[in-house]
Amino acid sequence: MRRPPVTLTLIGRTVLTAFFCLFVLFLYGPTLTIIILSFQGPNGGLTFPMNGVSLHWFARLFEPQAVGDFAGALTRSLLLGSMVMATTVVISIAAGLAFRRRFIGSGALFTLTVASLIIPSILVSLGIGLLFNLAGLDPTWYTSAFGAQLTWTLPFGLLIMFAVFNRFNRAWEEAALDLGASPWQRFRHVVLPIIAPSVVGVALFGFTLSYDEFARTLLTAGSDNTLPLEIFGMTTNVTTPVLYALGTVTTGLSFLVIAAALAAIALIRHAATRSE
Amino acid sequence: MKLRAPYLQAAPLAVILAAFLLLPMIVLVVVSFFDYDSVQIIPSFVLTNYRDVLGSMVTWRTYLSTLRFTAIVWAITLVVGFWVSFYLAFVVQGRVTQLVLFLVCTIPFLTSNIIRMISWVPFLGREGLLNTVLLRLGLIRQPLEFLLFSDFAVVLAYVHLYTLFVVTPIFNTMMRIDRRLIEAAIDGGARFWQIVAHVIIPLCKPGIAIGSIFVVTLVMGDFITVRLMSGGQSASVGLMISNQISLLQYPAACANAVVLLAVVLLMIAAILRIVAIRKEL
Repeated sequence: MRRPPVTLTLIGRTVLTAFFCLFVLFLYGPTLTIIILSFQGPNGGLTFPMNGVSLHWFARLFEPQAVGDFAGALTRSLLLGSMVMATTVVISIAAGLAFRRRFIGSGALFTLTVASLIIPSILVSLGIGLLFNLAGLDPTWYTSAFGAQLTWTLPFGLLIMFAVFNRFNRAWEEAALDLGASPWQRFRHVVLPIIAPSVVGVALFGFTLSYDEFARTLLTAGSDNTLPLEIFGMTTNVTTPVLYALGTVTTGLSFLVIAAALAAIALIRHAATRSE
Repeated sequence: MKLRAPYLQAAPLAVILAAFLLLPMIVLVVVSFFDYDSVQIIPSFVLTNYRDVLGSMVTWRTYLSTLRFTAIVWAITLVVGFWVSFYLAFVVQGRVTQLVLFLVCTIPFLTSNIIRMISWVPFLGREGLLNTVLLRLGLIRQPLEFLLFSDFAVVLAYVHLYTLFVVTPIFNTMMRIDRRLIEAAIDGGARFWQIVAHVIIPLCKPGIAIGSIFVVTLVMGDFITVRLMSGGQSASVGLMISNQISLLQYPAACANAVVLLAVVLLMIAAILRIVAIRKEL
């Protein structure tokens, strides 16, 4: 029997457990409220009480006039999210492999990556917007906004890869090398299967951070809005629960993606332990 | 071939960061010296933008307001984040439970910030849940007005959005603390608070520093939370910049942006001066 790591009285334990539960309630409570309220009856308002239960506001979501261009914005956000996800995965793995060795400029590149994470988003947005402006290019969601979002997702991707490769046992690769495996074979059949769960993690971050990104996209998306920009526009002029319906749909979509990623990770882990 | 490999592998990252981070930051600095009138920006080299930014009382007041938000949010997220991490790392037993509860804390980070802000409206509004409950209980006679569209709402939203950025690094460093150190402290007769103050907090410093950097930079550069949650009542540097952008005063916005960048980098340098985090990464 392991000793509890910190001596805590029963009262201390209870207080901390209660504190943690409150924190979780604080995290999820508001979201739950708007999910419930999005099922308001047709005559219901933005706050409780519920005036009947209906899917009215979800149906309104798909009517052209109710919100701006919901379908278009959603399509663009899903496409952009997938693009950012794929790019983040490939570039993060490659850079993660590179950083296992020291190379000229590795320190500078690392600093630049961290800077990408901590420079206020509005500055990145403004800078890229002006850069395109000065270069005479029209900003669009698939060029300037794509690049702007990568400056946000790549640092997360790379930090995850760092965590993986720090724990990575080089002996497996050396064994493959001794058996005559080519660099590609070593990567494909040795490294990739070991890092696979984390790669799914990087993909999850890449997609969801892009899908929800607002500040860096604001000045770089050009004339066609992504979903968060559309939602932001709605906050100022929509005063019906259709806003909550939109919140429920996007949050539901995020949860679906997160669940799929976690399931994939669990499946990969399960397969790995079975084959041992 | 072997020597070239790391360069080829790192090249895509370097190219993207050069094109979409380094170059835009250079553009910001360059444009901050440009001149402008009501219709266009005029390439030149003038210092008027900086003179306007630094010479205006509005700027100083706005910085003061932003710094106040940063200090309050930093203090709250640090205390909440520390104890949430502490609970996860030292009170929860079993790897799987720990992982599941940690995921519960991180999942909201992967959902929309704007929706999470909006979701406070039915809770805090004049006819919101909180006011209704307080009225029913007879604790207040009139609905509390300060709950929504106020500094209080802004701070609440910040804590709601950014505590995760503190929990993750602190939890990470806590999990790496050698448990034998704590057992030694217990055997030596240390009490709970002594262990927290003299063993756990010193060993968590890198995590605390990383979390602090996140919170400080996120709050210093924010404009959207202040805009949505204060209902136009509060000011922030980010909001000031975004207002100048919407007025197409790009050189002024750039000068402001360069000043903000300098301030944020100085704050990070100050944090790094106190705590060395290099070995954590």
